[in-house]
Amino acid sequence: MYDIYRLSMPYTVVAEGIRKSFGGRVVLDGVDLALERGSVLGLLGPNGAGKTTLVRILATLVRPDGGHATIAGHDLAADPVGVRGAISLTGQYAAVDDVLTGRENLEMMAGLLHLPRRTRRDRVAELLAEFGLADAQDRRVGTYSGGMRRRLDLAASMIRRPELLFLDEPTTGLDPRSREQLWHTVRRLAEQDVTILLTTQYLEEADQLADTVAMLTGGQIVARGTPDELKSSLGAEIVRLRFPDVRAWRTALAAGGATRAGATADALIAEDADEQAHTIDIATDGSATRLRALLTAVAATGAATPRVSTHRPSLDDVFLSLIAAAHPAPPPRRAPEPVQ
Amino acid sequence: MSLAYAVTDSRIMITRCLRRSRRDPEAFFTALMLPIMLMLLFVYVFGGELKDSGSYVDYVVPGLIVLCAGFGAGTTAVALAADLAGGIVDRFRSMPIRASSILLGQVAASLTRNLLATALVIGVGLGIGWRPTTSVWRWVGAVAMIVLFILALSWLAAAVGLLAGGPEAANSFTFVLMFLPYVSTAFVPTRTMPAALRGFAENQPFTPIIETMRALWMGHTSTGASLGHEAWIAGVWGVGILALSWAGAAWLFRRRFAA
Ligand SMILES: Nc1ncnc2c1ncn2[C@@H]1O[C@H](COP(=O)(O)OP(=O)(O)O)[C@@H](O)[C@H]1O
Ligand SMILES: [Mg+2]
Repeated sequence: MYDIYRLSMPYTVVAEGIRKSFGGRVVLDGVDLALERGSVLGLLGPNGAGKTTLVRILATLVRPDGGHATIAGHDLAADPVGVRGAISLTGQYAAVDDVLTGRENLEMMAGLLHLPRRTRRDRVAELLAEFGLADAQDRRVGTYSGGMRRRLDLAASMIRRPELLFLDEPTTGLDPRSREQLWHTVRRLAEQDVTILLTTQYLEEADQLADTVAMLTGGQIVARGTPDELKSSLGAEIVRLRFPDVRAWRTALAAGGATRAGATADALIAEDADEQAHTIDIATDGSATRLRALLTAVAATGAATPRVSTHRPSLDDVFLSLIAAAHPAPPPRRAPEPVQ
Repeated sequence: MSLAYAVTDSRIMITRCLRRSRRDPEAFFTALMLPIMLMLLFVYVFGGELKDSGSYVDYVVPGLIVLCAGFGAGTTAVALAADLAGGIVDRFRSMPIRASSILLGQVAASLTRNLLATALVIGVGLGIGWRPTTSVWRWVGAVAMIVLFILALSWLAAAVGLLAGGPEAANSFTFVLMFLPYVSTAFVPTRTMPAALRGFAENQPFTPIIETMRALWMGHTSTGASLGHEAWIAGVWGVGILALSWAGAAWLFRRRFAA
């Protein structure tokens, strides 16, 4: 049965039309998601987009208001126990016991997973070494650093290799070095053929770890593809215009804004704009024709001449342009480092 | 097989809860010191004033057991509320285990802690001159009463822990349980109380439970009622609180984690 499933089902997760509201506020408004076996999906979305809610639904912790999902061949609604047997959850907040030592935590989880007593100790020792916690194994987790807690949390998720691993913002609040370490660990898990659903607010993280990226905003998946596909969906090159002062910046931005309403200067539609730096980013196909049209349009607005630079689109650019499209307000500036 | 797993899950949860209580030095110290300090305080400081006949320690042991059990139940409610507020319960729930073992672990740990506190009260009492019955059957009866009472309070604590928004809110439960024995026959007979308090004291559950233990150990109640009468009422209260709290906790748990 299991083997037939492994052979015949290329997808570890198939979710359709997942909906969830809290007190009348719609958080998930029909989310469709499919994860191929062995892939890493990066679920991107701003704070409050509903990433954690989606993870908790797929991990059987919250019942959705609508939609259905199959996880590792088990129906989410009909067979939650089967789903639990196939997943591991590393939540947004490290779910470990502060009062117990690292080793006691893992032994407890191993016991709850009914690992035979003989293999339990060995497996725990193996994980402690693998996750760099051997030296700290007999210290209470309350004394661990944020990075160590995260690694312990992840080790607990790997006691029995899950078919699907949820990582909800695994590096939020970590210092850059711990983040690098954790990325390294996640890559290793991905190599072991674990399917991973990773949520993050950091575009770089998705770029680094994910095969596929899905962007969640406004309660729906608004874009999905490999990081490269998403980047090229914006065009081949982002042209950055840096204006000498705010007035010129405003004039040019207003011209682009007018375009959205149907006016002519369509060369000036901003993907992103930064008032502090007086910059406007515009997606182009990279052709000279397009660049010439763009510069002509800037000249036509009468704004002071900007400096011009170009770069390949990053996931940031995609993300910001999608959010700008979903919320027709002034485009937000580059997202600040999230706090939490 | 599945029953064996359920037993394993609960055993692991109990171990975890007991470990946690052992490693909370403040709570552990309080739980140990409370029975000893209260015993010494009541017997040597207030006892001289309070006793009307015989040794006060003969009177006060059942009351102290109930008081300590109340304190212990408060600890349980706080521990469960703190667990629910943290992330670890989510991890447990995402694992293929019996969700009920999370509650069972807390309740069983509560029972263990409180029985230890009870043993301590009894030990200290015997050490300072308490001379209860030596009848084995009467002891069995008294211990059965204590176990029923502690079990009922532990499930009540579980329900309160689930109902409370967080550990601070759950803590006010400790206050209520620590207060109730003072308005019962725990420390003084009701006949010394003003009429209004007396009505409450005679009809609240702690009084028949205390009187049952008192009658079993010392041969007579402080209310003048017979052992049979007090034991019958105490049993109804004990079983009633246990059944309601158990059902309530189970319902609250399911409602909170409907999945
Ligand atoms: N249990 C809950 N009760 C009420 N509102 C909730 C609950 N869980 C999440 N929310 C709300 O749903 C929205 C999405 O939250 P969340 O899924 O945590 O987003 P993200 O993880 O993307 O930051 C937020 O506005 C949050 O306040
Ligand atoms: Mg979140």
